[in-house]
Amino acid sequence: MSVMSFLGAIGAAQKEAMDADDRVIIIGEDVEANVYGTTGGGKTRQETGDFVQMYGRNRIRNTPISEEGIVGAAAGAAMTGLRPIVDLSYSSFLYMAMDQLVNQVAKNRYMFGGQASMPAVFRSAMFYGLNTGAHHSDRPYPMFMNVPGLKIMVPSTPSDAKGLLRTAIDMDDPVLTFEACILWGLKEEVNDDEFWLPFGVARTHREGTDVTIVAISSSVQEALAAAAELEAEGVSVEVIDPRTLVPLDKQAILNSVAKTGRLVVVEPAHRTCGAAGEISAIVAEEVFDSLKAPIVRLTAPDMQIPFSPALEKQMYPSKDGIVDAVRRVTGQARLVAVGE
Amino acid sequence: MVTLTDEFMLEMQRRMLRIRAFDERASKMVKRGHIPGTVHTSIGQEAQVVGATMALGDNDYMSGNHRSHGHPIGKGSPLGPLMAELQGKGTGVCKGKGGSLHLADFNVGSLGESGIVGSSIPIAMGAALSSQVLGRDTVALAFFGDGAANQGVLYESMNMSGTWKLPVIFLCENNQYALSTPAHTVTSGVIADRAAGFGIPGVRVEDGQDVLAVYAAVSEAVARARRGEGPTLIEVVTYRYNEHSEGLRLGTDYRPSDEREAWLKKDPIVLFREHLIANGHTAEAMDALEAEVLAEVDAAVEFSENSPWPDASVGFDDLYTDSEYAA
Ligand SMILES: Cc1ncc(C[n+]2csc(CCOP(=O)(O)OP(=O)(O)O)c2C)c(N)n1
Ligand SMILES: [Mg+2]
Repeated sequence: MSVMSFLGAIGAAQKEAMDADDRVIIIGEDVEANVYGTTGGGKTRQETGDFVQMYGRNRIRNTPISEEGIVGAAAGAAMTGLRPIVDLSYSSFLYMAMDQLVNQVAKNRYMFGGQASMPAVFRSAMFYGLNTGAHHSDRPYPMFMNVPGLKIMVPSTPSDAKGLLRTAIDMDDPVLTFEACILWGLKEEVNDDEFWLPFGVARTHREGTDVTIVAISSSVQEALAAAAELEAEGVSVEVIDPRTLVPLDKQAILNSVAKTGRLVVVEPAHRTCGAAGEISAIVAEEVFDSLKAPIVRLTAPDMQIPFSPALEKQMYPSKDGIVDAVRRVTGQARLVAVGE
Repeated sequence: MVTLTDEFMLEMQRRMLRIRAFDERASKMVKRGHIPGTVHTSIGQEAQVVGATMALGDNDYMSGNHRSHGHPIGKGSPLGPLMAELQGKGTGVCKGKGGSLHLADFNVGSLGESGIVGSSIPIAMGAALSSQVLGRDTVALAFFGDGAANQGVLYESMNMSGTWKLPVIFLCENNQYALSTPAHTVTSGVIADRAAGFGIPGVRVEDGQDVLAVYAAVSEAVARARRGEGPTLIEVVTYRYNEHSEGLRLGTDYRPSDEREAWLKKDPIVLFREHLIANGHTAEAMDALEAEVLAEVDAAVEFSENSPWPDASVGFDDLYTDSEYAA
């Protein structure tokens, strides 16, 4: 075990996978200079951790700014024997490659009757909460949940990031991973050995009996802080992180709600057709009889992200908002308009 | 000029005949409702297709577009599973899930035809990237039309593969129209000339009805790619004899009829038959070859007609490698 940051854990998983399998390559903009800090094993370019020194330019592919071409090349490479890790830097740039992601990466295996496999990982960072304005602050993972054929991971801790990313790289299906930048500096003890975390298995961060909070990406940390505060008030909160949205561990969520009878779903994405809406619908369909209170979604509003710190902060669910929501569903506060 | 064996040239003619016969049959079947949806034929463009596919080796890759049957046929894919795919049968090359627009036969290096114009171009680049990273000597070829030549992804792909010297050939099938739109009205400059901007060779095959001319140009690009010298853009000028897609009747007279008449006189199959006869083959032998291919297509249709529909459950597999549904 050693203390790793979220970003360092991603670098470690990439290094492990590069060492284990010559077919793994990294392709993307500015990966050679380790601008985003995941292609140097957590170190800077000059130090021995540098991926270009270790693996050479044959496997570390610094690209032009051509997202459509990059993703298309990765798709073709994945169909013919490589296992590319595509570094798309900001998740807002996925839109530039929408055709390749949706029409080629997601569809080819199915369309061609199983002849193709698409072992590629598409990494992108969600820069929300960092005052980068509307063009760099997207949290677009729910859009891609609407595209059959893709798998989606949204890790929220360094350990989960390392173990899930390794599984993603070794998997024969295409995976999109969305990494919240506000988590980059988060540190914890992480296993230095290789390990693989399964997709479709939620992590229960904290057990509780009164309310279930399903939290996604950076909302997990907010939910844990809220749960600690509520514990002091005598409210017992269960916090579940699905970790992968496709596949989704429905059973863990349903079991928890069957036990607590109350559900708050929290995520930083927009409200309409979000992961929170999907999870709420599943719970309403499957365990409606267990519910003692209406489900509450806490999400970003259907609004663009403004630049000013004074304006941006209010856009994402916070610890205080979660505490309020839990108080409402447990009958400790009068119902007021939420989330919008 | 490369010297080709008799056997090789007969195989060229055989594959052109296969495309013609397969597509003529498919056209009829669409009009009679025996093929659901529609198909886009390569009738008139057989030399352009076969000159390219036969310049590739068995292990080389290719990606293609909606004008899709010629590419796998030209690469040597058996006709029965292709026809069954057009009909949506369980024995189809893609189990009936792709249809005409999405034929793929990985056994012959066909990585798939794309219904999205231009979208499959970087797929070939990716296959070339695999070859380079893994140290294989395979090359990849992307077929696309004059219409697709105006998609930005082509230029991203030429640039990236140019800087990395990837073994890829960008083959533009310039049949002079994108659906109803004449290429010259939407295309600034000459397509082949665009290669110069990326520092890669751009070749224009003016006589795309001459299978040997196409073969020579593509062979040179393939050899260059295998030597590690990078990509080539090849524009082949040709003409489609049928409508954009079968059953389509465009109300407007977008193609002058004398233009089509002139191109019909340059039928690539007739021209190559004459070439073969001039080089010692008999007319009888050519007739026999044509009859043989027609029988092959009959057999393919029979195979398809006798094939069962796919089981309903097939609609729910092949999304992921590890389970029927991910969620
Ligand atoms: C991205 C995209 N835009 C538009 C279409 C509709 N469409 C299908 S084929 C076609 C014409 C394509 O022309 P070209 O690339 O020259 O190929 P050709 O049909 O002439 O072989 C169009 C506009 C499409 N399928 N995909
Ligand atoms: Mg055209």
